[in-house]
Amino acid sequence: MTNEAVMTCRNLNIFYGEKQAVFDVDLDILKNKVTAIIGPSGCGKSTLLRSLNRMNDFVPTFSMNGVINFEGKNVLKEDPMVVRTRIGMVFQKPNPFPKSIYNNITWGPKIHGHKVNFDELVENSLKAAALWDEVKDRLHDSALDLSGGQQQRLCIARTVAMKPEVILMDEPCSALDPRSTIRIEDLINDLREDYSIAIVTHNMQQAARVSDYTAFFYEGELIEYGVTDGIFTNPQEKKTEDYITGRFG
Amino acid sequence: MRKGVKQIEYTVRGALGLCALLTLVTTIGIIFVLSSETIPFFREVPITDFLFGTKWAPLLEPKSFGVLPLVTGTTLIMVGSAIIALPVGITTAVYLSEYSSEKMRSIIKPVLEVLAGIPTIVYGYFALTFITPILKILIPRTEIFNAASGAIVVGIMVLPMVASLCDDAFQSVPKALKEGGYALGATSFEVIGQVIVPYSASRILAAFILALSRAIGETMAVTLAAGANARFSFDPLQSVQTMTAYIVQVSMGDTPQGGIEYQTCFAVGSLLFLITLAMNVAGQTILFRYRRGK
Repeated sequence: MTNEAVMTCRNLNIFYGEKQAVFDVDLDILKNKVTAIIGPSGCGKSTLLRSLNRMNDFVPTFSMNGVINFEGKNVLKEDPMVVRTRIGMVFQKPNPFPKSIYNNITWGPKIHGHKVNFDELVENSLKAAALWDEVKDRLHDSALDLSGGQQQRLCIARTVAMKPEVILMDEPCSALDPRSTIRIEDLINDLREDYSIAIVTHNMQQAARVSDYTAFFYEGELIEYGVTDGIFTNPQEKKTEDYITGRFG
Repeated sequence: MRKGVKQIEYTVRGALGLCALLTLVTTIGIIFVLSSETIPFFREVPITDFLFGTKWAPLLEPKSFGVLPLVTGTTLIMVGSAIIALPVGITTAVYLSEYSSEKMRSIIKPVLEVLAGIPTIVYGYFALTFITPILKILIPRTEIFNAASGAIVVGIMVLPMVASLCDDAFQSVPKALKEGGYALGATSFEVIGQVIVPYSASRILAAFILALSRAIGETMAVTLAAGANARFSFDPLQSVQTMTAYIVQVSMGDTPQGGIEYQTCFAVGSLLFLITLAMNVAGQTILFRYRRGK
């Protein structure tokens, strides 16, 4: 498979008021690959990820400049509502809507007026998120009755139901127990067949397990970016090496 | 142990306990006073006549003790004020919590608080000298004292409470939940209507009930605006008398103490107390269920 980029960030600068959080970043999100974004707390990794689908627009002092190319357009100039239908997001804490499992999945497609067979959509999305077998008999129960790990997979199913091109994951396992974490990691592995994934994680083992490419951020700058195996076995930069060997962070 | 600390501790505990006891004693006292006059009243007047009679004339011969005209008067005010306060209150809250800038919020919030702090008698004058003349221009057959004017002014009075309670409810919706909606490409309107409002539904409902029970209990403004004409009618342009306005009329008049006329006041008061109590309990139950559910 070729390494075709679906999203390319060029000269991306991100600010909170006067304070610059991300400096002049060039980063590619590759098609059907998992790109991990790692770095110590406060390095700007979440800020960057949330800028990719304009989720930082809600922060009053936020601003950014540069280019994020996606489907031939600059994300910075597009309607954020449209961007978000093509670039889905899974959050740190599972955040299902207080609706039934079924309606959690159909909500997005319904508000956008997608004309599809919703029963099929629900089944396919839940299967894609490896949740179907556990919930197929109680699709109309409240999503809040599910366990944390199941809720997070439901949130992935909900994202998949929109048929996005890219899925962004912001520390998707940080609120989950180890077993649920493994299930989500397996799921990420399968999802790469159909989607391009960018995942922020503070867990380096997780980055090593799930990702094809890794970007290491430090104090708002992209220090090193490359094939995951390379980053973890043979880092080129001293800071990367210090971080992945646990000398700081 | 430091010297004297124990004594201070005991004194403080005693003083605080006494204050807490005071509310309990007051409540029991009120219930006692209400029932001590209400029970003799119902020895004279059959309770069914009181609850289902459609003519209220306890001060005139022939006497008649049907409370329904007062209930319809109160209902008119309650429904009318709800029509104003509930939609305006909830939309104000939506605007405040989801659309307004920090600057707008810092203006509107204090104004709402000022609105809530205006004495109710002032609202009464406002209704009589401002709302009623406008109503008369719009619909000439409007009487000087009319239910519509009272309902409008009570609506304005309870509006801050509805807006503030709904705003609290919206503020308490987890940010993650809103983001989940936005991340699917939803508009603000869709997130509000289909995520935030359903999530806060029980608290909105509780706010509504509390507002309604305040509207029912409101006295001075409606006495001034809606008048004192107990009529079994649902016409908002006519003068009506609410339960509270009747109590004012008897209390302010020269009705001799101890007579049946005097006791009507307590019977009406008891009914009012039971209605607002029931609504408050309903509101609290909904809030409680909400808190436990999450």
